[in-house]
Amino acid sequence: MRMCDPPGSLERDPNVNFAYLDERTKRMIRRALLKAVCIPGHQVAFGSREMPLPYGWGTGGIQVTASILGPRDVLKVIDQGSDDTVNAVNIRRFFQRTAGVAVTTDTTRADIIQTRHRIPETPLREGQILVFQVPAPEPMQRLEPRQSETRKMHGLAEYGLMHVKLYEDIAHYGHIATTYDYPVLVNNRYVMSPSPIPKFDNPKLNMSPALQLFGAGREKRIYAVPPYTAVTSLAFDDHPFEVQRWESGCALCGSRASFLDEVLTDDHGGRMFVCSDSDYCTSRQGADVRSVISDGG
Amino acid sequence: MSEQTLDLNLQEVGAAFSDPVLSSQAVFRAALAALSRPGRIQSVPHDAQQPPGATPAAAALLLALLDPDCTVWLAPRLAGGAVSAWLRFHTGCRIVSQPAAARFAWSDADQLPLLQQFALGSEFEPEISTTCVVQVKALDERCGWRLSGPGIPGRQRLAVAGLGAGFLAQWQANHNLFPRGIDVLLCAGQFLAALARTTAIEA
Amino acid sequence: MYVAVKGGERAIENSQALLAELRRGDPSVAELSIEQIRLQLRLAVDRIMTEGSLYDPELAALALKQASGDAIEAIFLLRAYRTTLPRLGYSVPLDTGKMRLWRRVSATFKDLPGGQILGPTYDYTQRLLDFALLAGTPVPPAPRLPADAEPVPAVLDLLDQEGLIEAESASCGDPEPHDLTREPMRFPASRAARLQNLARADEGFILALGYSTQRGYAHSHPFAGEVRFGSVEVELVPEELGFAVSIGELEVTECQMINQFAGSKSQPPQFTRGYGLAFGHSERKAMAMSLVDRALRAPELGEAIDSPAQMEEFVLSHSDSLEASGFVQHLKLPHYVDFQSELELVRRLRINAVQQDEPT
Repeated sequence: MRMCDPPGSLERDPNVNFAYLDERTKRMIRRALLKAVCIPGHQVAFGSREMPLPYGWGTGGIQVTASILGPRDVLKVIDQGSDDTVNAVNIRRFFQRTAGVAVTTDTTRADIIQTRHRIPETPLREGQILVFQVPAPEPMQRLEPRQSETRKMHGLAEYGLMHVKLYEDIAHYGHIATTYDYPVLVNNRYVMSPSPIPKFDNPKLNMSPALQLFGAGREKRIYAVPPYTAVTSLAFDDHPFEVQRWESGCALCGSRASFLDEVLTDDHGGRMFVCSDSDYCTSRQGADVRSVISDGG
Repeated sequence: MSEQTLDLNLQEVGAAFSDPVLSSQAVFRAALAALSRPGRIQSVPHDAQQPPGATPAAAALLLALLDPDCTVWLAPRLAGGAVSAWLRFHTGCRIVSQPAAARFAWSDADQLPLLQQFALGSEFEPEISTTCVVQVKALDERCGWRLSGPGIPGRQRLAVAGLGAGFLAQWQANHNLFPRGIDVLLCAGQFLAALARTTAIEA
Repeated sequence: MYVAVKGGERAIENSQALLAELRRGDPSVAELSIEQIRLQLRLAVDRIMTEGSLYDPELAALALKQASGDAIEAIFLLRAYRTTLPRLGYSVPLDTGKMRLWRRVSATFKDLPGGQILGPTYDYTQRLLDFALLAGTPVPPAPRLPADAEPVPAVLDLLDQEGLIEAESASCGDPEPHDLTREPMRFPASRAARLQNLARADEGFILALGYSTQRGYAHSHPFAGEVRFGSVEVELVPEELGFAVSIGELEVTECQMINQFAGSKSQPPQFTRGYGLAFGHSERKAMAMSLVDRALRAPELGEAIDSPAQMEEFVLSHSDSLEASGFVQHLKLPHYVDFQSELELVRRLRINAVQQDEPT
């Protein structure tokens, strides 16, 4: 169910190069991407350009998407798991306008999915590319803000600092207190930020059939996890990695397997839990609901 | 700008892609798919006129990926022929004489120097290493080596015709350098398959 | 029944329509022309060109209009426009010694070749609100320097002749300068990369850092050797000609700051330099930049690094107004998912804490 022609759909702007970026910039980013794929989890510095969207709002993801996108690709854009949050809409409109590509909300139909903060619940398949928007690519930035130092730690695989931080959590709280942007070890070599996805999504990174690309525009870094690559969440033998669980299922579709957002329903403490992944939730509720949403209505 | 003067007859230089924007994108995606799934053969259809001595897939890769920011090393047979002028004319890349100074290399399989002679990157910037485009006689993913590593569920077969007998030992050394090391795109006709530095090969 | 919030697309369209209406304001009042902005809000236009790193007064004025006067938003518009422009050629270095001067002052010598030229400055205006501007009054013509005035030598060149100030030397092998807009910053940065970063840096940030060096947060004893503002020619060497031809003129402000330096075992005592350059008339920016440039030379001059303005990675990573503005304001974007994760954790930690406190 492709949003072929939603009401008020955007014409491709003939005055802008395909997918906005100039060809030399795309080549530079493509070369960085090819090396990133060959060194899973390693942050490749690239000449990030100034995009017509603000830093921190997905400029890295947009540059990656613009460099890989072709006219026959079908694009999906999500923010917080949803296709209809304003930032996701804005980025989707940007590519409709600059590349004229088909867009969809359907995870299974998308060739490229640009995401902020979630991995879709629907399992990805071979051939799909997931593009993450990354605000802070350096997993140790909060512990050591100097890039000149963290670069050395990655080079020498000196990750003691990271383990000390996690262990201090355990000493203080009884367990690891990192709930999102939970660091992972890629291909048993590089410690990597999975971007601020909830740790609930971390297991989906491991041995994914899809190619996962990460773009950090402001920090000027690109990195990648090829398909079928081992990605493990950092943990200790006596404190294994665990994901969040909820006591009830989604109030709309009943799923007990998805990440739930808490919604306040009144000012007396009333609340409910619903799927963060709107496409997953609506597809479980039935085709009727879903088609209405896909019309952009 | 390159200091090398472009000494060529425009009539003799074959044309590049008729649609440089979309063709470059399509060729790049084939390369991305190849390096994401080492050993899997990708097809690289395109309409550029490659110069004599160039394999269609190899010519398309370099045409799609290079620009004046890139250094390229050419193996002797390619450097001596029309390839050099064609590549410089269409991409503006700089040809260098030392493999270790090149971010890209283009060679026939029988003229490939020792892999350790290319740029291998540093511990801190392992991405500053050569990507080698190697023209081979044939590729077959139904038999041959058993590849494993990132991008490969289980084992991937790949037979490559034309590489020298010493290649496997050199590749093993390259693989052991990880995260440093080179990456290879093997081209036969309009097809390509890749070996990322993470790829382990069993004969 | 709860229904998830939808309609982001329509919300964006409505927001943009409202913004356009507010930008225009009351339609019974005449609309600002780009010419008016370019000529009458000159200093705002200059700041936008400097930090936008594009010398185009007309487009900078357009950006200011489009941004309803918000300088950082206007800089953003200009940067986003310039980012995909093709590079047609590279100029030879500007020769500011040949500047056609509007203004030139030195704080280090009472009189000097070429003299002090006060030119247009707010420095001595006494800052009383001019209520005559409420109505708009005609302005009488001002006296000017003759158009054919001789070029005035730079003050620091005079000191250089005596060897009292470090020579201005090109870096080793004089490589092509790093291009900050094409390649990522690497630390330690070259001086060229540093100066590019500072020239594009947010004026307020650089001003505060420069100020901090005067208050003990760096080893700085600055003198304004020279501040000059005027027009310089931009020259290019076309490959087919082999010699430089002028392709136009631009206005710049340059500051050469003189700083004390005690000398070392290998070097006799000598003054050192800090450098600032900005498009148009931007003295505050150029001067602050020269202070920060000098502070960042600490490692090169063997000085201890203990103040923020000397910390290269700190200064250069936080100087860009667009990076800072974007990332600060991205906190407006939804963070439901991460917040939900934290909420769940805090609830769990509180339950654990209560259970531990309960008497057994």
